Amino acid sequence: MRIAVCVKQVPDTEARLRVRKDGQWIDEEDLPFVINENDEYALEEALRLAEATGGEVVVFSLGPERVREALRKALAVGAARAVHLKDEAFLGGDALATGRALAAAIRGESFDLVLTGSQSDDAGYGATGTIIAGELGWPHAWLVMGVELEDGGKSVKVTREMESGLNELSRIGLPAVLQIQAGINHPRYASLKGIMQAKKKEIASPGPAELGLEAGQTGAAASRLELLNVAFPESGEGAQMLEGEPAAIAAELVARLQREAKVL
Amino acid sequence: MGNAIWIVLEHRQGKPHRMALEAVAAGQELARVTGGTAEAVVVGGAEARAVADQAAGWQLGAVRFVAGEGVAHYTPGGYAGALAEAVEADRPAVVLFPHTYQSVEYVPRLAQALGAALVPEAVSFEQRDGRLVWRRPVLGGKLVAEVAARGEGPVLVTLQSGAFAADQLAAAAEPAPILEQSTTAAADREVLGVEEAAEQQVDLSQAPVIVAVGRGVGKQENLVLVRELAEALGAEIGASRPVIDSGWLERERQIGSSGQTVAPRLYVALGISGAIQHVVGMKGSQVVVAINKDPGAPIFAIADYGVVGDLHEVVPALTAAVREAKAG
Repeated sequence: MRIAVCVKQVPDTEARLRVRKDGQWIDEEDLPFVINENDEYALEEALRLAEATGGEVVVFSLGPERVREALRKALAVGAARAVHLKDEAFLGGDALATGRALAAAIRGESFDLVLTGSQSDDAGYGATGTIIAGELGWPHAWLVMGVELEDGGKSVKVTREMESGLNELSRIGLPAVLQIQAGINHPRYASLKGIMQAKKKEIASPGPAELGLEAGQTGAAASRLELLNVAFPESGEGAQMLEGEPAAIAAELVARLQREAKVL
Repeated sequence: MGNAIWIVLEHRQGKPHRMALEAVAAGQELARVTGGTAEAVVVGGAEARAVADQAAGWQLGAVRFVAGEGVAHYTPGGYAGALAEAVEADRPAVVLFPHTYQSVEYVPRLAQALGAALVPEAVSFEQRDGRLVWRRPVLGGKLVAEVAARGEGPVLVTLQSGAFAADQLAAAAEPAPILEQSTTAAADREVLGVEEAAEQQVDLSQAPVIVAVGRGVGKQENLVLVRELAEALGAEIGASRPVIDSGWLERERQIGSSGQTVAPRLYVALGISGAIQHVVGMKGSQVVVAINKDPGAPIFAIADYGVVGDLHEVVPALTAAVREAKAG
Protein backbone atom coordinates (compact mmCIF):
# COMPACT_ATOMS: atom_id res chain seq x y z
CA MET A 1 0.00 0.00 0.00
CA ARG A 2 1.36 3.39 -1.00
CA ILE A 3 0.46 6.22 1.34
CA ALA A 4 0.98 9.96 1.02
CA VAL A 5 1.08 11.98 4.23
CA CYS A 6 0.73 15.74 4.24
CA VAL A 7 2.31 17.53 7.17
CA LYS A 8 2.44 21.19 8.06
CA GLN A 9 5.13 22.93 10.03
CA VAL A 10 3.57 25.28 12.59
CA PRO A 11 4.76 27.44 15.50
CA ASP A 12 5.26 25.43 18.69
CA THR A 13 1.97 25.81 20.60
CA GLU A 14 3.97 26.60 23.75
CA ALA A 15 5.82 29.50 22.09
CA ARG A 16 5.18 33.09 23.06
CA LEU A 17 3.78 34.93 20.06
CA ARG A 18 4.37 38.45 18.81
CA VAL A 19 2.38 40.18 16.09
CA ARG A 20 4.52 41.21 13.11
CA LYS A 21 5.04 44.95 12.54
CA ASP A 22 2.72 45.05 9.51
CA GLY A 23 0.02 43.40 11.66
CA GLN A 24 -0.72 40.78 9.02
CA TRP A 25 0.71 37.73 10.78
CA ILE A 26 2.95 36.74 13.66
CA ASP A 27 6.64 37.56 13.78
CA GLU A 28 8.43 34.33 12.81
CA GLU A 29 11.90 35.46 13.81
CA ASP A 30 13.31 33.20 16.57
CA LEU A 31 9.99 31.38 16.70
CA PRO A 32 10.34 27.62 17.28
CA PHE A 33 8.53 25.51 14.66
CA VAL A 34 7.38 21.90 14.95
CA ILE A 35 5.36 19.39 12.94
CA ASN A 36 1.66 20.11 13.54
CA GLU A 37 0.50 17.80 16.33
CA ASN A 38 -2.34 16.09 14.44
CA ASP A 39 0.00 15.52 11.50
CA GLU A 40 2.36 13.55 13.76
CA TYR A 41 -0.50 11.15 14.42
CA ALA A 42 -1.28 10.99 10.68
CA LEU A 43 2.35 10.15 9.93
CA GLU A 44 2.41 7.42 12.59
CA GLU A 45 -0.84 5.91 11.27
CA ALA A 46 0.58 5.91 7.75
CA LEU A 47 3.78 4.19 8.89
CA ARG A 48 1.78 1.49 10.70
CA LEU A 49 -0.44 0.85 7.66
CA ALA A 50 2.57 0.74 5.35
CA GLU A 51 4.42 -1.64 7.68
CA ALA A 52 1.39 -3.93 7.91
CA THR A 53 1.02 -4.11 4.13
CA GLY A 54 4.64 -3.91 3.00
CA GLY A 55 4.13 -0.46 1.55
CA GLU A 56 5.75 2.92 1.45
CA VAL A 57 5.08 6.35 2.93
CA VAL A 58 5.88 9.55 1.05
CA VAL A 59 5.62 12.80 3.01
CA PHE A 60 4.48 16.07 1.43
CA SER A 61 4.66 19.59 2.81
CA LEU A 62 4.08 23.07 1.47
CA GLY A 63 5.96 25.96 3.02
CA PRO A 64 9.18 27.96 3.05
CA GLU A 65 12.74 26.67 3.42
CA ARG A 66 12.38 26.07 7.21
CA VAL A 67 9.92 23.24 6.48
CA ARG A 68 12.86 21.08 5.41
CA GLU A 69 13.56 20.38 9.08
CA ALA A 70 10.05 18.98 9.57
CA LEU A 71 10.47 16.78 6.50
CA ARG A 72 13.81 15.48 7.82
CA LYS A 73 12.04 14.48 11.03
CA ALA A 74 9.35 12.65 9.06
CA LEU A 75 12.06 10.85 7.07
CA ALA A 76 13.85 9.97 10.32
CA VAL A 77 10.81 8.14 11.71
CA GLY A 78 10.36 6.11 8.54
CA ALA A 79 8.98 7.98 5.52
CA ALA A 80 10.77 6.80 2.37
CA ARG A 81 11.13 10.20 0.73
CA ALA A 82 9.69 13.69 0.78
CA VAL A 83 8.23 16.31 -1.53
CA HIS A 84 8.66 19.93 -0.49
CA LEU A 85 6.57 22.56 -2.29
CA LYS A 86 8.66 25.61 -1.48
CA ASP A 87 8.54 27.69 -4.63
CA GLU A 88 7.45 31.25 -3.85
CA ALA A 89 4.40 30.75 -6.10
CA PHE A 90 3.06 28.08 -3.70
CA LEU A 91 3.24 30.22 -0.55
CA GLY A 92 0.69 32.38 1.24
CA GLY A 93 -2.34 30.50 -0.03
CA ASP A 94 -5.64 29.75 1.66
CA ALA A 95 -6.79 26.15 2.14
CA LEU A 96 -8.12 26.02 -1.43
CA ALA A 97 -4.85 27.09 -3.03
CA THR A 98 -2.71 24.97 -0.70
CA GLY A 99 -4.91 21.90 -1.17
CA ARG A 100 -4.83 22.31 -4.94
CA ALA A 101 -1.03 22.42 -5.01
CA LEU A 102 -0.65 19.40 -2.71
CA ALA A 103 -3.21 17.46 -4.76
CA ALA A 104 -1.29 18.26 -7.94
CA ALA A 105 1.89 16.87 -6.38
CA ILE A 106 0.09 13.75 -5.10
CA ARG A 107 -1.74 13.11 -8.37
CA GLY A 108 1.52 12.45 -10.20
CA GLU A 109 2.04 9.18 -8.30
CA SER A 110 -0.40 6.38 -7.61
CA PHE A 111 -1.34 6.36 -3.94
CA ASP A 112 -3.97 4.24 -2.20
CA LEU A 113 -4.40 6.62 0.70
CA VAL A 114 -3.64 10.19 1.63
CA LEU A 115 -3.44 10.94 5.35
CA THR A 116 -3.33 14.39 6.90
CA GLY A 117 -3.92 15.77 10.37
CA SER A 118 -7.48 16.95 11.02
CA GLN A 119 -6.55 20.57 11.65
CA SER A 120 -3.50 22.81 11.87
CA ASP A 121 -2.54 24.51 15.11
CA ASP A 122 -1.93 27.85 13.36
CA ALA A 123 -4.51 28.76 10.68
CA GLY A 124 -6.88 26.07 11.99
CA TYR A 125 -8.97 25.78 8.82
CA GLY A 126 -9.41 22.01 9.20
CA ALA A 127 -10.00 22.06 5.46
CA THR A 128 -6.85 21.29 3.49
CA GLY A 129 -7.21 17.50 3.50
CA THR A 130 -10.84 17.81 2.39
CA ILE A 131 -9.82 20.12 -0.45
CA ILE A 132 -7.18 17.60 -1.53
CA ALA A 133 -9.89 14.91 -1.62
CA GLY A 134 -12.14 17.16 -3.70
CA GLU A 135 -9.32 17.93 -6.14
CA LEU A 136 -8.53 14.23 -6.52
CA GLY A 137 -12.21 13.27 -6.69
CA TRP A 138 -11.74 10.81 -3.82
CA PRO A 139 -13.97 10.24 -0.77
CA HIS A 140 -12.67 11.49 2.56
CA ALA A 141 -13.34 11.40 6.29
CA TRP A 142 -12.47 14.01 8.90
CA LEU A 143 -11.58 13.46 12.57
CA VAL A 144 -10.58 9.83 12.08
CA MET A 145 -9.95 7.85 15.29
CA GLY A 146 -9.58 4.37 13.75
CA VAL A 147 -8.52 2.89 10.42
CA GLU A 148 -8.95 -0.75 9.46
CA LEU A 149 -8.10 -2.04 5.99
CA GLU A 150 -10.67 -4.36 4.45
CA ASP A 151 -11.22 -6.43 1.35
CA GLY A 152 -7.56 -6.74 0.41
CA GLY A 153 -7.08 -2.97 0.57
CA LYS A 154 -10.06 -2.04 -1.61
CA SER A 155 -11.88 -0.29 1.22
CA VAL A 156 -11.27 0.95 4.71
CA LYS A 157 -13.38 0.81 7.87
CA VAL A 158 -13.16 4.19 9.52
CA THR A 159 -14.04 5.28 13.06
CA ARG A 160 -14.81 8.96 13.08
CA GLU A 161 -15.33 11.21 16.06
CA MET A 162 -18.73 12.90 16.38
CA GLU A 163 -20.04 15.33 18.97
CA SER A 164 -20.99 14.33 22.53
CA GLY A 165 -18.61 11.40 22.90
CA LEU A 166 -20.02 9.37 19.98
CA ASN A 167 -18.13 7.72 17.14
CA GLU A 168 -19.41 6.97 13.64
CA LEU A 169 -18.34 3.74 11.96
CA SER A 170 -18.31 3.72 8.19
CA ARG A 171 -16.84 2.01 5.17
CA ILE A 172 -15.08 4.09 2.54
CA GLY A 173 -13.75 2.91 -0.81
CA LEU A 174 -10.10 3.44 -1.66
CA PRO A 175 -8.34 5.53 -2.77
CA ALA A 176 -9.40 8.01 -0.10
CA VAL A 177 -8.20 10.89 2.05
CA LEU A 178 -8.35 10.44 5.84
CA GLN A 179 -7.86 13.37 8.22
CA ILE A 180 -6.48 11.94 11.41
CA GLN A 181 -7.43 13.10 14.90
CA ALA A 182 -4.92 13.32 17.73
CA GLY A 183 -4.97 10.34 20.07
CA ILE A 184 -5.50 7.64 17.43
CA ASN A 185 -2.07 6.12 18.22
CA HIS A 186 1.19 6.87 20.00
CA PRO A 187 3.65 8.48 17.58
CA ARG A 188 7.13 6.95 17.67
CA TYR A 189 10.38 8.75 18.24
CA ALA A 190 13.17 8.78 15.69
CA SER A 191 16.04 6.37 16.35
CA LEU A 192 19.64 7.44 15.89
CA LYS A 193 19.81 5.07 12.93
CA GLY A 194 16.69 6.64 11.48
CA ILE A 195 18.15 10.12 11.84
CA MET A 196 21.34 9.02 10.04
CA GLN A 197 19.38 7.33 7.24
CA ALA A 198 17.14 10.38 6.79
CA LYS A 199 20.15 12.41 5.67
CA LYS A 200 20.44 10.25 2.58
CA LYS A 201 16.76 10.25 1.67
CA GLU A 202 15.46 12.33 -1.21
CA ILE A 203 13.58 15.60 -0.75
CA ALA A 204 12.20 16.67 -4.13
CA SER A 205 11.08 20.26 -4.72
CA PRO A 206 9.02 20.47 -7.89
CA GLY A 207 7.91 23.90 -9.09
CA PRO A 208 4.36 24.80 -10.21
CA ALA A 209 5.05 24.12 -13.89
CA GLU A 210 6.23 20.57 -13.14
CA LEU A 211 2.91 19.96 -11.40
CA GLY A 212 0.95 21.33 -14.34
CA LEU A 213 -0.12 24.44 -12.41
CA GLU A 214 -0.19 27.85 -14.02
CA ALA A 215 0.54 31.21 -12.42
CA GLY A 216 -2.57 32.29 -10.54
CA GLN A 217 -3.56 28.73 -9.65
CA THR A 218 -1.50 28.50 -6.47
CA GLY A 219 -0.39 30.45 -3.44
CA ALA A 220 -1.51 33.95 -2.46
CA ALA A 221 -2.47 34.75 -6.08
CA ALA A 222 -5.07 31.96 -6.10
CA SER A 223 -6.48 32.54 -2.63
CA ARG A 224 -10.16 33.33 -2.28
CA LEU A 225 -9.59 34.33 1.34
CA GLU A 226 -7.56 37.39 2.23
CA LEU A 227 -5.99 37.65 5.67
CA LEU A 228 -6.27 41.32 6.61
CA ASN A 229 -4.64 41.31 10.05
CA VAL A 230 -4.18 39.43 13.30
CA ALA A 231 -4.37 40.82 16.83
CA PHE A 232 -4.49 39.66 20.40
CA PRO A 233 -8.13 39.35 21.42
CA GLU A 234 -9.61 42.08 23.56
CA SER A 235 -9.78 40.24 26.83
CA GLY A 236 -12.93 42.04 27.95
CA GLU A 237 -13.09 42.10 31.71
CA GLY A 238 -10.92 39.05 31.90
CA ALA A 239 -9.57 37.50 35.05
CA GLN A 240 -8.55 39.28 38.22
CA MET A 241 -4.83 38.54 38.10
CA LEU A 242 -3.11 37.66 41.36
CA GLU A 243 0.59 38.38 41.71
CA GLY A 244 3.30 37.77 44.25
CA GLU A 245 4.95 34.82 45.97
CA PRO A 246 3.20 31.46 45.52
CA ALA A 247 2.17 31.21 49.19
CA ALA A 248 0.78 34.75 49.21
CA ILE A 249 -1.09 34.18 45.93
CA ALA A 250 -2.55 30.96 47.27
CA ALA A 251 -3.75 32.56 50.50
CA GLU A 252 -5.27 35.50 48.61
CA LEU A 253 -6.96 33.21 46.11
CA VAL A 254 -8.51 31.05 48.82
CA ALA A 255 -9.70 34.15 50.66
CA ARG A 256 -11.36 35.53 47.53
CA LEU A 257 -12.97 32.21 46.70
CA GLN A 258 -14.45 32.17 50.18
CA ARG A 259 -15.38 35.87 50.39
CA GLU A 260 -16.28 37.02 46.88
CA ALA A 261 -17.07 33.88 44.94
CA LYS A 262 -18.37 31.96 47.96
CA VAL A 263 -17.45 28.65 46.42
CA LEU A 264 -15.26 27.29 49.20
CA MET B 1 -24.94 37.29 -8.01
CA GLY B 2 -27.94 37.62 -5.77
CA ASN B 3 -27.92 39.10 -2.31
CA ALA B 4 -29.44 36.11 -0.57
CA ILE B 5 -28.00 34.84 2.71
CA TRP B 6 -28.48 31.10 3.02
CA ILE B 7 -28.36 29.29 6.33
CA VAL B 8 -27.88 25.53 6.08
CA LEU B 9 -29.69 23.85 8.98
CA GLU B 10 -27.92 20.85 10.41
CA HIS B 11 -30.41 18.41 11.86
CA ARG B 12 -30.72 15.03 13.50
CA GLN B 13 -33.84 12.92 13.90
CA GLY B 14 -36.10 15.58 12.48
CA LYS B 15 -34.87 18.37 14.76
CA PRO B 16 -32.49 21.25 14.02
CA HIS B 17 -29.09 21.24 15.75
CA ARG B 18 -28.88 23.73 18.63
CA MET B 19 -26.19 25.66 16.74
CA ALA B 20 -28.34 25.81 13.58
CA LEU B 21 -30.63 28.20 15.49
CA GLU B 22 -27.63 30.41 16.28
CA ALA B 23 -26.77 30.39 12.58
CA VAL B 24 -30.30 31.47 11.65
CA ALA B 25 -30.07 34.39 14.11
CA ALA B 26 -26.70 35.32 12.53
CA GLY B 27 -28.18 35.05 9.03
CA GLN B 28 -31.10 37.31 9.92
CA GLU B 29 -28.65 39.86 11.33
CA LEU B 30 -26.42 39.61 8.26
CA ALA B 31 -29.45 40.11 5.98
CA ARG B 32 -30.31 43.29 7.91
CA VAL B 33 -26.75 44.62 7.64
CA THR B 34 -26.34 43.84 3.93
CA GLY B 35 -29.90 44.48 2.78
CA GLY B 36 -30.21 40.89 1.66
CA THR B 37 -32.77 38.17 2.24
CA ALA B 38 -32.21 35.32 4.67
CA GLU B 39 -33.25 31.85 3.51
CA ALA B 40 -32.89 28.53 5.26
CA VAL B 41 -31.71 25.38 3.49
CA VAL B 42 -32.49 21.87 4.70
CA VAL B 43 -30.76 18.91 3.05
CA GLY B 44 -32.02 15.42 3.78
CA GLY B 45 -34.56 12.67 3.26
CA ALA B 46 -38.25 12.61 4.13
CA GLU B 47 -37.57 12.86 7.87
CA ALA B 48 -35.96 16.30 7.34
CA ARG B 49 -39.26 17.74 6.11
CA ALA B 50 -40.18 18.42 9.76
CA VAL B 51 -37.10 20.66 10.03
CA ALA B 52 -38.17 22.65 6.95
CA ASP B 53 -41.66 23.02 8.43
CA GLN B 54 -40.22 24.34 11.68
CA ALA B 55 -37.94 26.77 9.81
CA ALA B 56 -40.95 28.16 7.93
CA GLY B 57 -42.02 29.70 11.23
CA TRP B 58 -38.93 31.91 11.37
CA GLN B 59 -38.48 35.26 9.66
CA LEU B 60 -37.04 34.06 6.36
CA GLY B 61 -37.62 34.82 2.68
CA ALA B 62 -37.92 31.13 1.92
CA VAL B 63 -37.02 27.67 3.14
CA ARG B 64 -35.33 25.45 0.58
CA PHE B 65 -35.76 21.73 1.12
CA VAL B 66 -33.19 19.83 -0.92
CA ALA B 67 -34.31 16.21 -0.79
CA GLY B 68 -33.07 12.98 -2.26
CA GLU B 69 -32.31 9.38 -1.42
CA GLY B 70 -28.58 9.96 -1.62
CA VAL B 71 -28.80 12.53 1.18
CA ALA B 72 -31.30 10.72 3.43
CA HIS B 73 -28.28 10.04 5.67
CA TYR B 74 -25.44 12.49 5.97
CA THR B 75 -22.27 11.79 4.01
CA PRO B 76 -19.80 14.52 3.04
CA GLY B 77 -19.94 13.71 -0.68
CA GLY B 78 -23.75 13.62 -0.72
CA TYR B 79 -24.21 16.88 1.16
CA ALA B 80 -21.47 18.73 -0.74
CA GLY B 81 -22.88 17.47 -4.05
CA ALA B 82 -26.47 18.46 -3.26
CA LEU B 83 -25.51 21.91 -1.99
CA ALA B 84 -23.14 22.54 -4.92
CA GLU B 85 -26.06 22.05 -7.34
CA ALA B 86 -28.30 24.37 -5.31
CA VAL B 87 -25.67 27.10 -4.90
CA GLU B 88 -24.70 26.99 -8.60
CA ALA B 89 -28.34 27.37 -9.57
CA ASP B 90 -29.19 30.35 -7.34
CA ARG B 91 -25.85 31.97 -6.44
CA PRO B 92 -26.48 33.25 -2.89
CA ALA B 93 -24.00 35.87 -1.65
CA VAL B 94 -23.20 34.08 1.61
CA VAL B 95 -23.93 30.58 2.87
CA LEU B 96 -23.80 30.16 6.67
CA PHE B 97 -23.34 26.89 8.56
CA PRO B 98 -22.97 26.10 12.24
CA HIS B 99 -19.30 25.12 12.85
CA THR B 100 -19.96 21.52 13.84
CA TYR B 101 -18.14 18.22 13.42
CA GLN B 102 -20.42 17.63 10.43
CA SER B 103 -19.98 20.95 8.65
CA VAL B 104 -16.22 21.04 9.11
CA GLU B 105 -16.12 17.71 7.30
CA TYR B 106 -18.13 18.61 4.19
CA VAL B 107 -18.14 22.41 3.76
CA PRO B 108 -14.52 22.56 2.48
CA ARG B 109 -15.52 19.98 -0.12
CA LEU B 110 -18.34 22.29 -1.20
CA ALA B 111 -15.90 25.23 -1.33
CA GLN B 112 -13.58 23.18 -3.52
CA ALA B 113 -16.40 22.17 -5.88
CA LEU B 114 -17.53 25.79 -6.22
CA GLY B 115 -14.11 27.43 -6.06
CA ALA B 116 -15.69 29.50 -3.29
CA ALA B 117 -14.07 31.43 -0.46
CA LEU B 118 -14.23 29.51 2.82
CA VAL B 119 -14.27 31.22 6.22
CA PRO B 120 -14.11 28.53 8.94
CA GLU B 121 -15.12 29.19 12.55
CA ALA B 122 -16.17 32.82 12.28
CA VAL B 123 -17.11 34.57 15.53
CA SER B 124 -18.35 37.92 14.16
CA PHE B 125 -18.68 40.03 11.03
CA GLU B 126 -18.81 43.67 10.08
CA GLN B 127 -19.31 45.64 6.89
CA ARG B 128 -16.22 47.75 6.20
CA ASP B 129 -15.39 49.76 3.06
CA GLY B 130 -18.01 47.83 1.14
CA ARG B 131 -16.51 44.47 2.17
CA LEU B 132 -17.76 41.92 4.59
CA VAL B 133 -14.99 41.33 7.15
CA TRP B 134 -15.07 38.21 9.31
CA ARG B 135 -13.23 37.58 12.56
CA ARG B 136 -11.98 34.10 13.42
CA PRO B 137 -9.59 32.66 16.01
CA VAL B 138 -6.15 31.46 14.92
CA LEU B 139 -3.20 29.86 16.74
CA GLY B 140 -5.38 28.05 19.25
CA GLY B 141 -7.37 31.18 20.06
CA LYS B 142 -4.29 33.15 21.13
CA LEU B 143 -4.93 35.58 18.27
CA VAL B 144 -7.93 36.73 16.28
CA ALA B 145 -7.64 37.19 12.51
CA GLU B 146 -9.74 39.42 10.28
CA VAL B 147 -10.37 37.93 6.86
CA ALA B 148 -12.39 38.85 3.78
CA ALA B 149 -13.26 37.06 0.56
CA ARG B 150 -11.50 38.03 -2.66
CA GLY B 151 -13.16 37.91 -6.05
CA GLU B 152 -16.74 37.16 -6.99
CA GLY B 153 -19.05 34.37 -5.98
CA PRO B 154 -20.61 32.82 -2.90
CA VAL B 155 -18.73 32.90 0.41
CA LEU B 156 -19.10 29.90 2.71
CA VAL B 157 -18.87 30.63 6.43
CA THR B 158 -19.07 28.29 9.42
CA LEU B 159 -20.02 29.97 12.72
CA GLN B 160 -18.40 29.12 16.03
CA SER B 161 -20.63 27.74 18.77
CA GLY B 162 -22.04 30.49 20.96
CA ALA B 163 -20.83 33.36 18.75
CA PHE B 164 -24.42 34.32 17.93
CA ALA B 165 -27.35 34.05 20.30
CA ALA B 166 -30.20 31.74 19.31
CA ASP B 167 -32.62 33.79 21.40
CA GLN B 168 -32.19 36.63 18.87
CA LEU B 169 -33.86 34.44 16.27
CA ALA B 170 -36.87 36.28 14.87
CA ALA B 171 -40.15 34.45 14.30
CA ALA B 172 -42.30 35.15 11.27
CA ALA B 173 -45.75 36.77 11.15
CA GLU B 174 -46.58 34.56 8.19
CA PRO B 175 -44.95 31.23 7.36
CA ALA B 176 -42.15 31.35 4.80
CA PRO B 177 -42.72 29.41 1.57
CA ILE B 178 -41.03 26.01 1.36
CA LEU B 179 -39.34 25.43 -1.99
CA GLU B 180 -38.71 21.76 -2.67
CA GLN B 181 -35.80 20.73 -4.86
CA SER B 182 -34.69 17.21 -5.55
CA THR B 183 -31.08 16.12 -5.78
CA THR B 184 -29.40 13.10 -7.33
CA ALA B 185 -26.24 13.59 -5.23
CA ALA B 186 -24.97 10.23 -3.97
CA ALA B 187 -23.53 9.07 -0.66
CA ASP B 188 -19.76 8.53 -0.65
CA ARG B 189 -19.55 6.28 2.40
CA GLU B 190 -21.49 3.41 3.86
CA VAL B 191 -22.45 4.30 7.41
CA LEU B 192 -22.27 1.18 9.58
CA GLY B 193 -23.36 2.60 12.90
CA VAL B 194 -22.75 4.89 15.83
CA GLU B 195 -21.13 3.87 19.12
CA GLU B 196 -20.03 5.41 22.41
CA ALA B 197 -16.42 6.60 22.14
CA ALA B 198 -15.55 5.64 25.73
CA GLU B 199 -17.30 3.81 28.47
CA GLN B 200 -18.71 6.62 30.53
CA GLN B 201 -18.17 5.77 34.18
CA VAL B 202 -17.19 9.14 35.56
CA ASP B 203 -20.00 11.66 35.31
CA LEU B 204 -18.32 15.05 35.63
CA SER B 205 -21.47 16.96 34.72
CA GLN B 206 -22.76 16.81 38.32
CA ALA B 207 -19.44 17.53 40.05
CA PRO B 208 -19.57 20.71 42.18
CA VAL B 209 -15.81 21.27 42.00
CA ILE B 210 -13.47 20.24 39.19
CA VAL B 211 -9.71 20.51 38.91
CA ALA B 212 -8.85 20.25 35.24
CA VAL B 213 -5.40 19.74 33.86
CA GLY B 214 -3.92 20.58 30.47
CA ARG B 215 -0.78 20.16 28.45
CA GLY B 216 0.99 22.71 30.65
CA VAL B 217 1.33 20.10 33.40
CA GLY B 218 4.36 18.93 31.42
CA LYS B 219 4.51 15.24 32.28
CA GLN B 220 2.47 12.48 33.81
CA GLU B 221 4.45 12.43 37.08
CA ASN B 222 3.29 15.97 37.78
CA LEU B 223 -0.30 14.78 38.08
CA VAL B 224 0.52 13.99 41.72
CA LEU B 225 0.34 17.71 42.46
CA VAL B 226 -3.01 17.90 40.71
CA ARG B 227 -4.43 14.95 42.64
CA GLU B 228 -3.38 16.51 45.95
CA LEU B 229 -5.15 19.76 45.12
CA ALA B 230 -8.25 17.89 43.94
CA GLU B 231 -8.29 15.91 47.17
CA ALA B 232 -7.99 19.04 49.29
CA LEU B 233 -10.84 20.69 47.38
CA GLY B 234 -12.98 17.55 47.28
CA ALA B 235 -12.90 17.89 43.50
CA GLU B 236 -13.17 15.56 40.53
CA ILE B 237 -10.26 15.59 38.10
CA GLY B 238 -10.85 16.46 34.46
CA ALA B 239 -8.52 17.16 31.58
CA SER B 240 -8.21 18.82 28.21
CA ARG B 241 -7.63 16.71 25.15
CA PRO B 242 -3.80 16.68 24.89
CA VAL B 243 -3.52 15.11 28.37
CA ILE B 244 -5.99 12.38 27.39
CA ASP B 245 -4.27 11.78 24.05
CA SER B 246 -0.98 11.33 25.87
CA GLY B 247 -2.61 8.55 27.89
CA TRP B 248 -2.05 10.29 31.23
CA LEU B 249 -5.72 10.15 32.24
CA GLU B 250 -8.67 8.03 31.11
CA ARG B 251 -10.63 9.36 28.14
CA GLU B 252 -13.80 9.50 30.25
CA ARG B 253 -12.26 12.47 32.08
CA GLN B 254 -11.98 14.59 28.94
CA ILE B 255 -13.80 17.92 29.06
CA GLY B 256 -14.64 19.76 25.86
CA SER B 257 -16.34 19.39 22.50
CA SER B 258 -15.42 15.76 22.11
CA GLY B 259 -15.73 14.97 25.81
CA GLN B 260 -18.02 15.95 28.65
CA THR B 261 -19.76 19.27 29.23
CA VAL B 262 -19.50 20.45 32.82
CA ALA B 263 -20.88 23.29 34.93
CA PRO B 264 -19.38 23.12 38.43
CA ARG B 265 -19.45 25.85 41.06
CA LEU B 266 -15.65 26.01 40.89
CA TYR B 267 -13.43 25.07 37.96
CA VAL B 268 -9.68 25.20 38.47
CA ALA B 269 -7.81 25.08 35.14
CA LEU B 270 -4.17 24.06 35.52
CA GLY B 271 -1.90 24.48 32.49
CA ILE B 272 -4.89 24.71 30.16
CA SER B 273 -4.45 27.25 27.37
CA GLY B 274 -8.17 27.67 26.71
CA ALA B 275 -8.68 26.53 23.12
CA ILE B 276 -12.32 26.76 22.06
CA GLN B 277 -12.63 22.95 21.90
CA HIS B 278 -12.04 22.88 25.64
CA VAL B 279 -13.89 26.07 26.54
CA VAL B 280 -17.21 24.91 25.04
CA GLY B 281 -17.17 22.09 27.58
CA MET B 282 -16.65 24.24 30.70
CA LYS B 283 -17.91 27.75 30.01
CA GLY B 284 -20.99 27.09 32.12
CA SER B 285 -18.80 26.96 35.23
CA GLN B 286 -19.74 29.45 37.94
CA VAL B 287 -16.24 30.49 39.00
CA VAL B 288 -13.11 29.75 36.98
CA VAL B 289 -9.58 29.89 38.35
CA ALA B 290 -6.78 29.64 35.77
CA ILE B 291 -3.13 28.97 36.50
CA ASN B 292 -0.82 29.05 33.49
CA LYS B 293 2.75 30.08 32.81
CA ASP B 294 1.77 31.88 29.59
CA PRO B 295 0.21 35.30 30.31
CA GLY B 296 -1.19 35.25 26.76
CA ALA B 297 -3.20 32.05 27.31
CA PRO B 298 -6.82 32.62 26.18
CA ILE B 299 -8.09 30.90 29.32
CA PHE B 300 -7.40 34.13 31.24
CA ALA B 301 -10.01 35.92 29.13
CA ILE B 302 -12.77 33.70 30.48
CA ALA B 303 -11.38 33.05 33.98
CA ASP B 304 -12.50 34.96 37.05
CA TYR B 305 -9.18 34.63 38.83
CA GLY B 306 -5.85 34.19 37.10
CA VAL B 307 -2.34 33.35 38.20
CA VAL B 308 0.64 33.49 35.85
CA GLY B 309 3.13 31.06 37.24
CA ASP B 310 4.79 27.68 37.44
CA LEU B 311 2.40 24.89 38.42
CA HIS B 312 5.16 23.29 40.50
CA GLU B 313 5.20 26.31 42.78
CA VAL B 314 1.64 27.57 42.71
CA VAL B 315 -0.29 24.30 42.98
CA PRO B 316 1.35 22.96 46.18
CA ALA B 317 0.96 26.40 47.77
CA LEU B 318 -2.72 26.43 46.82
CA THR B 319 -3.19 22.91 48.16
CA ALA B 320 -1.70 23.97 51.49
CA ALA B 321 -3.86 27.11 51.64
CA VAL B 322 -7.03 25.14 50.89
CA ARG B 323 -6.21 22.55 53.57
CA GLU B 324 -5.59 25.33 56.06
CA ALA B 325 -8.83 27.12 55.18
CA LYS B 326 -10.85 23.91 55.47
CA ALA B 327 -9.21 22.99 58.75
CA GLY B 328 -9.93 26.46 60.13
